[in-house]
Amino acid sequence: MKLSLKLTTLLAPVFAIIVAFSLSTIMLYLIGEDPIETFKIMYDYGKTGKSIVSILNRSVPLYISAVAVAVGFKMGLFNIGVESQYLMGALLSAALGAAVALPSFLHITLIIFVAVISSAFWAAIAGYLKVKKGVHEVISTIMLNYIGTGIIAYLLANIFFEKVELSTTAPQTDLLPETARIPSLNAFLGIEDLPNLHGFIIGAVFIGILYYWIVWKTSLGFDLRATGSSPMAAKFSGANPARLTILAMMISGAFAGLVGIAPLTGYFFKYTTDFPSGLGFAGITVALLGRNHPVGMALGAILLSFLERSAQILDLKDVPKEIEKIMQAVIVLTVVVAYEVVKRYVTNRQIKEASKVIADD
Amino acid sequence: MLQIGKLKKHRKLLLMINFVKKHYLIILPIVFIVLIAQMDKYDQLTTSGTFGAAIRLAIPICLAGLGGMFSERTGIVNIGLEGMMIMGTWFGAWAAWLYGPWYGIVAGILGGALFGLIHAVGTVTFQVDHIVSGVAINILAAGVARFLNVVAYADQPTQSSTQSPRIDGDVGDFSLPYLSGGADTPSFFGYLQDLNYPFISDIAGLLLGATSNLSYISIFALSLIPVAAWVLWSTPFGLQMRSVGELPTGSESLGVNVYLMKYIGVMISGGFAGLAGAYLVLESSGIYREGQTAGRGFIGLASLIFGNYRPFGIFMGSGLFGYADALQLRSDDAVHGLLILISLILFIFAIKQLIEKKYINSSLSIALSIGFLVWFLNSETVPSEFVYFTPHLTTLIVLSSASQKLRMPQKLGHPYRKGELN
Repeated sequence: MKLSLKLTTLLAPVFAIIVAFSLSTIMLYLIGEDPIETFKIMYDYGKTGKSIVSILNRSVPLYISAVAVAVGFKMGLFNIGVESQYLMGALLSAALGAAVALPSFLHITLIIFVAVISSAFWAAIAGYLKVKKGVHEVISTIMLNYIGTGIIAYLLANIFFEKVELSTTAPQTDLLPETARIPSLNAFLGIEDLPNLHGFIIGAVFIGILYYWIVWKTSLGFDLRATGSSPMAAKFSGANPARLTILAMMISGAFAGLVGIAPLTGYFFKYTTDFPSGLGFAGITVALLGRNHPVGMALGAILLSFLERSAQILDLKDVPKEIEKIMQAVIVLTVVVAYEVVKRYVTNRQIKEASKVIADD
Repeated sequence: MLQIGKLKKHRKLLLMINFVKKHYLIILPIVFIVLIAQMDKYDQLTTSGTFGAAIRLAIPICLAGLGGMFSERTGIVNIGLEGMMIMGTWFGAWAAWLYGPWYGIVAGILGGALFGLIHAVGTVTFQVDHIVSGVAINILAAGVARFLNVVAYADQPTQSSTQSPRIDGDVGDFSLPYLSGGADTPSFFGYLQDLNYPFISDIAGLLLGATSNLSYISIFALSLIPVAAWVLWSTPFGLQMRSVGELPTGSESLGVNVYLMKYIGVMISGGFAGLAGAYLVLESSGIYREGQTAGRGFIGLASLIFGNYRPFGIFMGSGLFGYADALQLRSDDAVHGLLILISLILFIFAIKQLIEKKYINSSLSIALSIGFLVWFLNSETVPSEFVYFTPHLTTLIVLSSASQKLRMPQKLGHPYRKGELN
C-alpha cells in the first residue's frame, strides 16, 4: 500500500509533462507549425552525443541552484535571491582566483571557499532583515537581486577591470590560471570527438548527497523541516526560529555560491558581462519540479536542460524556439497543482485506510 | 497645579512637539531634502520636473499595490503581481499597436485579469501554496510574453524577440488652468517655483508637477485610488471582501460565497496589475520591452505592506518609491545629494540609540554616517550602477523601518476549504 501511494506521487510530474506537451501542441498548431514534426526534430537533436554532453553540463549549475532554493523551501523560506547570490560569489571568486598563484588543489578549494562564503553572507542579509525587521524574504531577496546586480556591475567595471582607453573590450576579470581549472572528464572516461564533459559534475553529485545529509540526517535539518511544516510545534520542541531562519538563508546562499563554480572553472575561466545568468530563477523551477527531493531535482534539471538544448535547433527550422519557455512554465504551473491534487488524494486514502483498520478492530 | 497650568498654556507647542516626535522619520527627511535642494547642484531634488516624473512612475507602482490589496484583502497572497504586470505590458502594447492606446489599456487589464484567474484556480480551487503559485505565475508570464512577442510581430521589419514596434501612446494631456498653465493661461505655481524661495518654491514645484501635463490615462489611473477606497470601505461588496480575508468561516455562515469572492478579488488584482503594465508601456516608454517592469510588481507589493493594506497608504508608499525612481532617471546629481541625506538620517538614528543606551548600535550608526559623509565629500557623482537600484534600496530601507507595526488580514495566506473549520 505504502509503495503504491509513493508511486502515485510520481504521477504528478508525468501529468504535468503531458499537459505541457498538449498545450504546446495546441500552440504550435495555432501558429501553423506541425507539432509532431517539431517535437521529432527536437528529440532527434537532443539525443545526439554533442547534445547529451551539453545537457549534462547545463544541468550541473541548474541542479545546484535548485538545491540552494530547496534548502529554503524545506523550512518554508523562499530564497528568490539565488540569482544575485551566485553571481556575487562567482565574481568575487573569479577575481581572487585570478590574482593568486597556488597549487591546483588549494587553488580550486580557495575559489570554492570564497564563492560559498560571499554568497552565504549576501543571502544572510535577507535572513537578518526577516528576523530583526520583519521584512518578508521574498521581497527582500528580490530587491537584493537588483541591488546585487548593480554592485556586481560596478565592481566588475571599476575595481576588477582596468579600462584601456579606446578599447571596446567588455568588462571582465583576468583569466584563471591553469591551476584553478577543473579538468574535463573526457580523458578519464575515454570519450573522444565530443565536447568537454565538465568535471564538476562529480561535485554536483556530492552536493546532492550533502544536501540530503544536511536536511534529512542532521538535527539541524530536522529542525529546519519541523519549522517548515509546523513553526509552532518546532518552536515548542526547542528550535530557535530566528537563528534557524538566518542559518537556513546562509546555507541556501552557500549552496548558491557553488552554482557559478562549474561555468567559472569549467569553460568561462573569467567573470564577464555574459557570464551565464538566470540560473537562480531556473533553479526555482527545478526545485518545484523535483519537489525538493535530491533525485527528483536532478531529473528536473536534466529535463529542463534537455528542453533548452533541443529547442536550439528550432531556429534553423523557422519555428519560434520560445515555445520551450512556455513548455517550461506550463510544466511548473501544472506540476504544483498536480502535486497538491495528489497530496490530497493520498491523504484521503490514508484516512480511509485508517478508519477501515479502526472499524475492523 | 502650576505645572498643569503651564502645560495648558503651551498645549499647542506640546502637541506640535509630540507630532514631530511621532512622525520625525517622515518630517526630518523632508526638511533635509528641501534644505539640500537649496544647493544649485541638487535643485533637481524638488523641481516640478522631478515631481511630475515621480507621479508618472508612482502610478504603476500604486496600481500594482492596489491590485495586491484586492487580492490580499480576500486572503490570497499575490506574488504573481509582477507576472500579471508583464502580461499587462505585452497585451497593452500589442492592442495599442493594433488599435490605439485606449484599447491597449483594456487589453492590458484583461491580460492581467486572465493571469489573475490562473492564480485563483491554483490557490483557491487547488489550494496550492500562494507564494509557489505566484512564483510559477511569474515564470509563466515571462515565457508567454516572450513567445507571443515572437509570434505576433513575426512579419514586422523591426522584429525582435524582446521588443515590440514603437507605439503611439499619446491620448492628450491636461494641466490645471491658471494654477499650472493649462489652456494657455499663466501658471501661478510655475511663477512661485521660479522665485526660488526656500520651501515655497519647493512646494510649488511639487504642486506644479502634480497638476500639469497629466495625460488622460494618468488621470484615469489616479481616479481609481478613491474608487478603490470607496469600494473597499463603503460598499457591501468591499465588506464581504474584507470579511473573507479576516474570517472566511464566519463569512460563509452569513451567506457570502467565499470561493467566488476570492476569485473576484484575485482577478481584480490581476486587472489592476495589468493596467499598471499597460500604463508603463503607454506612458513611460512607448514600447514593450522585456524586463521593463523591473520588479515594479514587487515594489507595488512593498507599497501595499508599507501602506498597511489601505488605498491611501499604498498611494503614499508608491509616491515615495516613485520619487526614488524619478531621481534615478532624471538626475545622477540629485542621487548624489541623497548621500548626505542618508548620512544625516543615520546621525539622528545614532543620537536616538544613544538616548536609548544602545551604545553598540549607536556607534555603528555613527560610523556609517561618517562613511556616507566622507563618500559624499570625496565624490562628484554616485556611480551609475548604484543610481539604478535607488528605488530597490529605498524599498528595502523603508520596509525594514516600517514593517513591524502593520496589521495584515487575519487569514492572509491560509488555504480555505468549504466546510472545514479554520
